[in-house]
Order: sequence, then C-alpha cells, then structure tokens
Amino acid sequence: MHRIRERIYKVLFTLLAFASLLFLVGITVTLFIEGLPVFKEVGFFDFVLGKSWYPTYEPPDFGILPLILGSLWVTAGAVLFCVPIGVGSALFINELAGKRLKAVLKPIIEILAGIPSIVYGFFGIVVIAPFIQRLLNLPVGLTAFTGSLMLGIMATPTVCSISEDALSFVPRSFREASLAVGANRWQTLTRVVFPASASGISTSIILGMSRAVGETMTVLMVTGGAAVIPHTLFQPVRPMTSTIAAEMGEAVMGSTHYHSLFAIGLILFFIILVFNVIAELITRRFRKKLGLGR
Amino acid sequence: MFKSKIAITVVAAVLCVGLMGNVPTFAAKSLTIKGSTTVLPIAQSCAEAFMDVHSDVNISVQGGGSGVGIASLIDGTCDIADASRPIKGKEVVKAKENGVQAYENVVALDGIAVIVHPSNPVDGLSIEQIKKIYTGEISNWSEVGGKNMKVTVISRDSASGTFETFNELALDKEKVRADALLQVSNQAVAQAVSRTPGAIGYAGLGYLSSAVKGVNVDGVQPTKKNIVNGSYKLARKLFMYTNGAPAGVVKAFIDFVLSEKGQELVEKAGYVPLI
Repeated sequence: MHRIRERIYKVLFTLLAFASLLFLVGITVTLFIEGLPVFKEVGFFDFVLGKSWYPTYEPPDFGILPLILGSLWVTAGAVLFCVPIGVGSALFINELAGKRLKAVLKPIIEILAGIPSIVYGFFGIVVIAPFIQRLLNLPVGLTAFTGSLMLGIMATPTVCSISEDALSFVPRSFREASLAVGANRWQTLTRVVFPASASGISTSIILGMSRAVGETMTVLMVTGGAAVIPHTLFQPVRPMTSTIAAEMGEAVMGSTHYHSLFAIGLILFFIILVFNVIAELITRRFRKKLGLGR
Repeated sequence: MFKSKIAITVVAAVLCVGLMGNVPTFAAKSLTIKGSTTVLPIAQSCAEAFMDVHSDVNISVQGGGSGVGIASLIDGTCDIADASRPIKGKEVVKAKENGVQAYENVVALDGIAVIVHPSNPVDGLSIEQIKKIYTGEISNWSEVGGKNMKVTVISRDSASGTFETFNELALDKEKVRADALLQVSNQAVAQAVSRTPGAIGYAGLGYLSSAVKGVNVDGVQPTKKNIVNGSYKLARKLFMYTNGAPAGVVKAFIDFVLSEKGQELVEKAGYVPLI
C-alpha cells in the first residue's frame, strides 16, 4: 500500500517536473516553425543586418538591425542604472545595515519586482518622459534613455537580491581572516568580500540584463517606437519586444510579416539563452571557488 | 391566496408571449465579435444595448486588431470581424480556402484628424504638406508657416488599420520617415502629441480634445458634417465582416447596429453615423 502510494507520488511529480520542459519544447518548436520561413523568404543576413524595417509597405523591408540595436542600447542603458543601485544596495544591506534596517530594506526592494510592468510604463509616460524632455531640452521625452531608466529600476531587485545572496555566501572565515591580519572594513570589503563574490555579482547583472532585454510593455510605452539605428541614448528607439507586441495583432496570418515577428522572437530567445548560459557558467565557477560544490 | 398566484402566473405567461411576439428569440445563442480596436467601442456599446433587448443572446466582444478579427473569422473562431480597413486580397483567398465567404457590412464612418500641440500656431495644412512632413521632406515648422521648431513626427504602427488608411489617403503609400515615433493606439498618439510642442500626429476624430489641436486639411475642418458630406479628405469606412450575408442572430445584430438606435451609439462612441 505504502509503496504504491510512493510510486504514484513519484510518477506524479516526475510528470510535473517535465511539464515545464514540455512548454519549453512547445514554445521553441513554434518559434522555429513560424520563424524559419522568413530566413528563406528574406535571407538570414538581409533580415538580421538589414537597416530598415518597413514590414507593411510594397515592397516591404524586413531589416531588424535597428530593432536589435534598439533592444541592446536600452539594455545597456539599463545596466547603467541597475548595477550601481542594485549592487550598491546589496553591499549596504549585507555589510553596513543593521538587522532591523535589513529587515525593512530587502522587502522594500523586492516589492519593486512585484509592480506590474504596465504600471512602470504608465509612470514613465506620465512622469519620467516629460521630466527628461524638459530637463535635457529634447524634442520628445520618449527615448531610449527613458526606457533604460525604467528598465534599470525594474531590474534592480534582480541584481540586488542575487548580489546580496552572493555576498552572504562568502564564508565568515574569509572576513574574519582579513580582519585578523589588520585590514579595516573597507579593505576587507574591496579586497576580500567583493572579489570572492564577484562572479555571483556578475551573474546578477547578467540576469538583470536578460530581464531588461525581454521586457515588453514598459519599453513599448516609453521608448517612442521609431525603427532607426540609434546614435545616442536620447532618441526614440524600437526594441524587438515592443515590435512584436505592437504588430502581432495586425499582421496578416501566414504572411512574411507574421513570420518575421516570430523570427524576431526566435532571435530574442537566443540572446536571452546566451545571457542565461553565461550566468549559469559563472555561477558554477563561483560555487567551485568557494568550495561549495555543485 | 391560491387564486392570486394563478393570476400572476397567467399574467406573466401572457406578458412573455406578448414580448415574444415583438422580439424574435434565438434559443440561447452566443455571438463572438473580434477585431479592430477602432471599431471596438461601437461593437461594445451596440452589444450591450442588443443584449438588453435580447437577454437570450450572449455576445462577447474582443479587440486584437483588424488582422486578428479577419483571421478569426477565417478560422471560424468569431462570427463578426471588426475591421477599420477593407479585407485584403490575400485574406479573401485564405478565407475561400477555408470555405468562408467574407461579407462586407459598412457600419460607420471615421475621420482621421491631423493633430498638433495646442501651442502650435499652424492651423491648416494641405495634404501635400502633410505628406512632405511625414516622408521627411519638411522637418521644420517654419516651412509650413509655423515657428522655427523641429517637427517630431508621430505615427501609428505600420500594421494598424488607422495607419493603413492614413498612408493611403494622405501619403500615397510612401514611406514614413524612419525616425517617426510609432505609437500603438490613437490614445497613445494623442497623449504623445499633447506632451510634445513640436509634434504632429493623427488619430480618430473622437480623440480631438483641448489637449491637442486638429488642423484643417486642405482648408476643411475635421468635423462630422464635413466627413458625411465628403469634403474632408481623411475619412474612412468602418466594417463588420460576416461569413456570408448575415443571417439569424448575426443579421439581427448587424441590423441593430445599422438601426437608428445603433447609429446613435456610433455617434456616442465618437464616430460618424451613416444616417
């Protein structure tokens, strides 16, 4: 009786564990089936390196380089905000904050992660964009920079909480040894704790970036949506995600345009996959270094 | 006591029969309407009013865009497809392959207003000027009689029905300058224009407000009257596509939209009624 029950549980949980794999396979297969026709119809290099995106004109242009660069610029800009804020608050929470402050600060930063992205977008449109427009005297406030700022804030909890974990993984003995040989707190932090947790912090940054590059609603609302190759952060851009979101509803099913939106999804999927693989590799190295094993 | 109960039942039954005489009933029918976000407010308000009269009909109204609506009509997942553009040749072919005969019902008119920031002194533009601004030939307001200020061109996503209509009516299908800001909805365009002093954008007539200024196009004001009499050039028809000529509950609904009551709701939603 007992054994049968155990078996049932085992089978049940195995199935559940594989359910996410099933979805992953389903999504990947769909992206490939719906996206690959574009590479035949347009050509892989013309698609990825093409400089103009005019999908609905006669004849259409399906060049997504402006969209890829739009995504990368906004993400790079987001790093400028989420790394100092995220890593800085992780250091503060781990090294300087007392127990009470830590108990307040950490949940507050994590609440940021729970705010729906449309709310960030709305805040961006109503408050941040007009502010940036006036501050920098730009013709329009919906720019890559506005998107970067919003994404930077959105990615901060990811960076902060993984960095903080990395810092707290540094064994107590490291710190004690450093202090014992006469190093002060600052020296211990910069020469011992920080290097020991550097790979964990890098992981947090990369995961933050993959969060930023995949974010859709906020960038759709605040980056303006102009499909040009960006030269500065202060001009409107059209990231890949917002292109898919904005155009999927109106694309004629089965057309090259429709397939090209899936192909953009496919490329985005690979970019995020690369980010995640790098993060995973760094994490493994990090664990080995601290002697934590797998 | 007993007698009064019978009386009530009889009265109720008579009332029911009486009502049934006036209103055809459709044994618990459900209707799915999908498509253009431009037509959505019309479909929504008409569906509500229709269901008030026909309590046995359940109508679900969804957006998604003209393309989605027509695609759903083709694969049979909706009964009525809202569209702010006529069906395309490619879609007709696809429909025929699936045994669907897309039938066009014009339900309302919509005017596209060209909007600028209220502080902009420019009051009117010719279609030629609008075209030059959107294609990038003109990029400073001083070239069309305004202040020395850079023009920020705001357009709709090139896949939207509003864009297609504007592109056809105003731009002769020429390409919008690549650095134009593309917004996902009429509301987003109006909002961006209202916050950008040098901006030009376009949106449905219903989006004109004190926050944005509608300019005269070829000397004609963007008003309902001018759209109905055909003098305002940037106007279009709005459609509800059905599979074959409407019949049964679908016909009842389309007839309702076209009725006086329905067209009143069209006007209330900010569009131009056919009658």
